[in-house]
Amino acid sequence: MRAAESSPAGAPSPDGDLEARLTEVARGDQAAFAVVYDAVSGPVFGLVRSVLRDPAQSEEVTQEVLVELWRTAARFRPDRGSVMTWVLTLAHRRAVDRVRSAEASAAREHKAALLDQLPAYDEVTEQVETRLEQQRVRRCLRTLTGLQREAVALAYYRGLTYREVAQLLTVPLGTVKTRLRDGLIRLRDCLGVSA
Amino acid sequence: MSTADLHTCTGAYVLHALPAAERDRFEGHLADCEACAQEVKELAATAQRLGLAVAAPPPAELRARVLQQITTVRQEPPRLPARARVRAWTRSAPRLALAACLAAAVALGGVAVWQHQSAEDARDRARRVEQQAAELTAVLAAPDAKTVTGPVGGDSTGTVVVSEERNRAAFLASSLPDLPAGKTYQLWFDDKGTMRPAGLVAGGGRNEAVLMDGPVDGASGMGVTVEPEGGSPRPTTEPIGQMAFPT
Repeated sequence: MRAAESSPAGAPSPDGDLEARLTEVARGDQAAFAVVYDAVSGPVFGLVRSVLRDPAQSEEVTQEVLVELWRTAARFRPDRGSVMTWVLTLAHRRAVDRVRSAEASAAREHKAALLDQLPAYDEVTEQVETRLEQQRVRRCLRTLTGLQREAVALAYYRGLTYREVAQLLTVPLGTVKTRLRDGLIRLRDCLGVSA
Repeated sequence: MSTADLHTCTGAYVLHALPAAERDRFEGHLADCEACAQEVKELAATAQRLGLAVAAPPPAELRARVLQQITTVRQEPPRLPARARVRAWTRSAPRLALAACLAAAVALGGVAVWQHQSAEDARDRARRVEQQAAELTAVLAAPDAKTVTGPVGGDSTGTVVVSEERNRAAFLASSLPDLPAGKTYQLWFDDKGTMRPAGLVAGGGRNEAVLMDGPVDGASGMGVTVEPEGGSPRPTTEPIGQMAFPT
C-alpha cells in the first residue's frame, strides 16, 4: 500500500525496505530489528502516549509493542497492509486495551480535555517529517465535519469505544458509527491513501 | 444486527472502537465480505496516518532495554497457510462478494416495506423486490461494473456502480440524514444537464443499495435531491449530491 503524498514521516526507509528488514527480523536477525526499531519506535511511542497520557505507562506499553513485533514478525501479512500500518495497529490496540482495563478506576477526564485533538508537542528533538505529516493530517482533518472530526479523534487519540463517543457527544449510537466510517473515508480521500 | 449495519462498522472496527462482542461479530462478517475487507485495509492505512502525525521520540534508554529484552524472547513461527482451496470464481470476482453484502441489505429493505402492505400486495411487492435484488446483484457483479464515490448531503457518502453492458446503475448511500415527514430522497440520471427521474430511495436511505430506475442510456452522471413524498417529474430542489459516471 502506498500513500499518494510523499513518503509519510517516521519511516526513514521506504515501506518496501521496512518489509525486507522485517523478513530478516522474522529469521532472528537482531541487527535488522534495530533498524526496524529506529523506524517505528517514534510513531509507536507518540501514538501510545496520545492514548494513555501517562509517560511511564506509555513507555511500558511501547516496550511491549516492540517486543511483540519481534515475537510475531513472522506473522506479518503484507497483503493486509504496510509494516507501519501493522505496527501502529498493534500499538493502538495495546494502548486501548490498557485504557479499558484501567477504566473502572480512572476518573473520567473532562470533556474539554478529551476534545483537544492533536497534542502540540514541543520537544526540540521533534523530527521535521513529523511536523509535515502533522500539517497534512491537520489540513485533512479540517475537511471533516465537526462531528466526524470529534468522533474520529475521540476514538483514535483517546481510545474511546463508539458508545462512549456517542455519550460524550450526545448523539445516537448509529450516527457515531457512520460518522467514524465516513469521516475516515473522507480522510482517506484527502490524504490520497490507497491500499 | 443486519448485514448493512455490520458493513458500517468498518470505521469503528479500524479505530478499535467496537466493544468486544461487536468486534467478534464484525470479524465473522469480515471473513465473508471481501468489499468490507478491502475497506478495512484502506481505513487502517488511513488511521496509520493519524498515528504518524503524533509521532514522538521515546526516551533514549528504551532502545537498549528493548534490544536487550528481545535476546531472551522466543519468536513465534510463521502461520502455515491452510490447504489452498481452489475457488477460482470467488477469487477472480471480488464484486460477487460485494454483491452478496449488498443484496442482503436490499432484501432487508424489502422486508421492512413488506410489513406495511396487505398480504396480496405483499406477494407482488416481494416478487418485485426479489427481481430488483437479482438485477441489482447482476449490476454489482457485472464484469464491466465501475464505481464512483462522492459526498452526498454534507455528512454522507454515496457510491454509484454503473454497468455499461447491462445499461443499469445502482446507488448506495451511507446513512443519509433523516428527512422530515412528507419528504423523500429522489435519484436522477443526468442526460447532459437534463435530469431524468431514476427512482426514490426507500426507507430514508439507511445504508441500502438501490437499483436506479430505468436504463443508463448514455447518461453522464447522476444526482440526488430531496423531493415531496412520491417524487417529482423534475427536480424541485438543488441536488444534495451529484456524481459523474466513471468513463
